Amino acid sequence: METILTINNLTKKFGYLTAVKDLSFTINKGNVYGILGPNGSGKSTTLGIVLNVVNKTSGSYSWFGGNTTTHDALKKVGAIIERPNFYPYMSAYQNLKLVCKIKGVDFSKIDEKLDLVGLLERKDSRFSAFSLGMKQRLAIASALLNDPEILILDEPTNGLDPQGIHQIRSLIKTIAANGTTILLASHLLDEVEKVCTHVVVLRKGEKLYAGRVDEIINSFGFFELKAEKKDALVQLLESDDRFGKLKQEDDLVTAFLNQPMDATAFNTYLFDNGIVLSHLVKRKESLEEQFLKLTDNQ
Amino acid sequence: MRRLIDLELQKLLLSKVNRVLIFISFILPFTVLVLSSIKINFFGFFTLELGELGIFNFPVIWHITTFFASYFKFFFAIVVVSMIGNEYSNKTIKQNLIDGLSKKEFILSKFYTIVFFSLISTVLIGLATFLIGLYYSSYTEAAIISRETEFLLAYFVKLVGFFSLCLFFGMLLKRSAFALAFLFVLYIVEWLFFWGAYEVFGNVDSAFRAKSYLPLESMYKLIDQPFQRMIMTKFPDKADLAYDYAVHWYEIVVVMGWTALFVFLSYRLLKVRDL
Repeated sequence: METILTINNLTKKFGYLTAVKDLSFTINKGNVYGILGPNGSGKSTTLGIVLNVVNKTSGSYSWFGGNTTTHDALKKVGAIIERPNFYPYMSAYQNLKLVCKIKGVDFSKIDEKLDLVGLLERKDSRFSAFSLGMKQRLAIASALLNDPEILILDEPTNGLDPQGIHQIRSLIKTIAANGTTILLASHLLDEVEKVCTHVVVLRKGEKLYAGRVDEIINSFGFFELKAEKKDALVQLLESDDRFGKLKQEDDLVTAFLNQPMDATAFNTYLFDNGIVLSHLVKRKESLEEQFLKLTDNQ
Repeated sequence: MRRLIDLELQKLLLSKVNRVLIFISFILPFTVLVLSSIKINFFGFFTLELGELGIFNFPVIWHITTFFASYFKFFFAIVVVSMIGNEYSNKTIKQNLIDGLSKKEFILSKFYTIVFFSLISTVLIGLATFLIGLYYSSYTEAAIISRETEFLLAYFVKLVGFFSLCLFFGMLLKRSAFALAFLFVLYIVEWLFFWGAYEVFGNVDSAFRAKSYLPLESMYKLIDQPFQRMIMTKFPDKADLAYDYAVHWYEIVVVMGWTALFVFLSYRLLKVRDL
């Protein structure tokens, strides 16, 4: 598989603070990657380094297998960091024209990309008159001007209203469906869960997990149970090695599975053992629960 | 190079404030020059015609116009300082770099623009001076006209040097107002240096000579004040009025040295800084 970005043992120190610690991961073509981490975990710093606006302390990174300089590589990359940054006195069209001049792209792309993000009718409005959602969409249009190999988005839905968030997410999905690799930094778990195929989890600049999103949620799920004969239920589950950890809150018993088992089989099994349930729910852990588990344990 | 100037021109000329400032800094000296060259009648009491004082004679006119026109550089200095300040406050400097402009290209696009506008200004002043001179000057022989045209070169070098200083202060302080204030601070610092040099050497001449290597003073010294010279033409026998007003090659070298240093330091700053 073609690699787009390789990061090796990257470290960044701001004085005494280590923002990124010995970070390594690889971005391959065609996937949607999420960098997940709480605020201040080093997501933006990492992106800043590979985009050549933050100087690294040590380590290395290489674009497209290391055959091009970072300066040339960035012309094949589309990126927006934190907030949409444009010249407030220029119109949307003029701002994109400037980006075209920087990237060496034909001006004919401007209308095409403005249409994609739904801003074509507003192309002659000044940037300062745009709402935050429109600014963010303009930023995405700008990042797409050169039909980049990889699109890097840093907290693209930050500060948007639900409608704006929805628009941006469906836009990201459309772009991903066209085969563009996407790297998305976010502290919003459901965003990463909904959009990404791969995830890198950071905490305080350290990598906690890197891999597929569906593998991070690698448990077989759990049952939430209530029964009249609670003690007997607990006893039965404890003696059975198909179940792992048991959690009791008031009269709710949560049983984590060690192997796949469907609710019907489970219910039948309990019934055969003389236990009648008043409440049975089978659930999978969400990414959020996994994420909290990851960031708490270490 | 054209691409970089083109980029910067788009950034500058689409902003109304910048358009006005650029207009002022280029058209105003031009207008003042033309206005001063016409005969002004003060309500019948007396007429003032500067042309009759002989200041529009070749070759002295080159000296006088470049000296006065260079004061209008402060308007464009505001443009230079704000073109850096705005990039920082809009964070567009970061976006420019992410979009694929290298740090070197970023500084060069600013520097080329400075050179570009300095050149336009020099050409405009040169042209206006030439035409007014042709009209008023008592001597219009080619040999006399072409004398002292080195003031135009000095004017150009002075502008480029001064704007490079503004560029560096803009990069250093990131905010336009601070950068302009720092120009004033530098002015004071140079006088403090002069005072220190006076304490060391014990005479004013040596102290002035030492000061003439500092950025602002070296730029100022490129085109010396023409007042004394104007008086000299009226009293040619007063030998004690004589002073050295010529443009010297070493003065130009010193200012070009500062220019190179300021541009290089701006680049270094951008390179080591985390945006």
